[in-house]
Amino acid sequence: MRTIWKWRYFYLLLTPTLLYFILFSYIPFYGVVIAFKNFQPFLGIGDSPWVGWKNFETMFSSVKFPELIRNTVLISFYRIIFGFPVPILFALLLNEVRVMWFKRSIQTIAYFPHFLSWVIFGGIIYNVVGPSGIINLLLEKIGIEAINLSANPDLFRPLVVVTGILKEFGWAAIIYLAALTGIDPHLYEAAKIDGASKLRQIWHITLTGIRPMIAMLLILQLGSILDAGFEQILILSNPVVYSVGDIIDTYVYRVGLLEANYGLATAVGLFKGVIAAILIVSANHIIRRTGEKSLW
Amino acid sequence: MVNPPVQAETNELALINRPKSLDRNPVWVQTLIYLALTAMALVTLLPILNVFAMSFSEADAIFKHPLMIMPYSFTFAAYEYIFSTSILLKSFSVTVFATVAGTLCNLAFTITGAYSLSKTALPGNKFLLWICIFPMLFGAGLIPTYMLLKELHLLNNIWVLVVSGMVVPFNLILMRNFFWSIPEELEEAMRIDGASDMGILWKMIIPLSKPAIATIGLFYAVGHWNDFFTGLFFLNDNTKWPLQVLLRSIVIDMNALNTRGVTAVIGQDATKIMLTPENIKAAAIIFSIVPILLVYPFLQKYFVKGIMLGSVKG
Repeated sequence: MRTIWKWRYFYLLLTPTLLYFILFSYIPFYGVVIAFKNFQPFLGIGDSPWVGWKNFETMFSSVKFPELIRNTVLISFYRIIFGFPVPILFALLLNEVRVMWFKRSIQTIAYFPHFLSWVIFGGIIYNVVGPSGIINLLLEKIGIEAINLSANPDLFRPLVVVTGILKEFGWAAIIYLAALTGIDPHLYEAAKIDGASKLRQIWHITLTGIRPMIAMLLILQLGSILDAGFEQILILSNPVVYSVGDIIDTYVYRVGLLEANYGLATAVGLFKGVIAAILIVSANHIIRRTGEKSLW
Repeated sequence: MVNPPVQAETNELALINRPKSLDRNPVWVQTLIYLALTAMALVTLLPILNVFAMSFSEADAIFKHPLMIMPYSFTFAAYEYIFSTSILLKSFSVTVFATVAGTLCNLAFTITGAYSLSKTALPGNKFLLWICIFPMLFGAGLIPTYMLLKELHLLNNIWVLVVSGMVVPFNLILMRNFFWSIPEELEEAMRIDGASDMGILWKMIIPLSKPAIATIGLFYAVGHWNDFFTGLFFLNDNTKWPLQVLLRSIVIDMNALNTRGVTAVIGQDATKIMLTPENIKAAAIIFSIVPILLVYPFLQKYFVKGIMLGSVKG
């Protein structure tokens, strides 16, 4: 008790933050019971009738469900395959630049889109690929029939992946650039004396040096594979591309808030949350196992 | 995306001593590198410049010069138009309120919380830290949060923009780690001089942590400025919409605007002042980018210089 009294001011300082988390992060867990109820707004959470696993049965048996999972995982997967190497490549290229004004300008430009919201960036993208966007205006000029890139199911996933890369590659490279400055330059000298070519130096020293960082970020991204980028997809998608672009989060929003099907939406959200938490915890476990510094 | 650490370990000596011989690539390799980087930057920059140019151009310019990066037949008409619509200024003021009030609350909660959590000797520290980190891993989801906000009468209330995301666990940890790295001896010296715990926080820790506070404050401020979900999910009344939600209607979803009587006005004016929806969209986009552009130099200074360029004596 005496020690706790001694620390009283620190507990007092911490109280608002703790209360915030308890109120806005922990109390909502009570609402999760909606997933097991036939929620009726006028009865409230407590008095709505229990329906057991019925919402989950509806979810698993719906035609929509496999499609949602497939879209979510595929979009994340494409993001990793095509998007993950880009910041590394960018950092490696930038690392070779010795002209400071050039390096700074490139960085300033490359980081900038990260600070724009997806609404804004989506608007800029629309200005390029939309029905009356640059690409279509150009096609018209040379006499080719316009194509609606933004409402084409075949092109939606590439659009999401490419625009995602465009917005974030610069920012994602920061962490690699920071790691690159930590590599001991004597290693390069030694390699040079041993006759290693530039490419071999990049392979054996540079990439080896930032490997822990690469591994950690890759595992983390695998851990959050069920987050396919809610905001981006909500902005870029439209009913025409739902079959390839509807992900778990956009579905929960639509079914839950727009169609007021609270029970089903909560069940889908809960399913996602549980799987996502398992993935993240496992990812952290793997990082720790490989001997790298884990997140917690 | 992963945010960079606030105080990245940089090996300054290593950079100064980098042997010059390493810096030499064959000329054609250098050329390729510069070309590739220029291409990457241009792909990012040109679409933004195009929107910028379009916002200052007259209607037909877009069709004549789709690839323009400089305004063609310069006019402020699109801006005059958006400033004449009360709905945009209204949502602008909502966003300014959310950004200012939100960031101040964010910082107050994050600083006090992080300072206490940085005291590893605090009994129960680990458990308390865990309480604050757990929400990062597992949340109740959208619908239960919606229910709670409904109970608290925060739906359709602009304070929801301030309250949701009051403390971002990731920023809390960054802040905590920063406080943690401040040497204990400094505090002890102040304590011997008779300073109270509060006095130490106010007179020493906060002044010492200005760069970290600025960084995290800017993270929060940009977050509020760009916050789209909170408004979309929890504010149905379009007079309370923050800028991003309104922008989505203007920029992405012109039909939604039609039903809300905004484009009806656009349509009328368009014939009069030679504007197309494209001009107006472009002006709305640029309008909301400007504040980010204004803080960008500070963002740059803290993130980029602090993390890397500051260590490269160029």
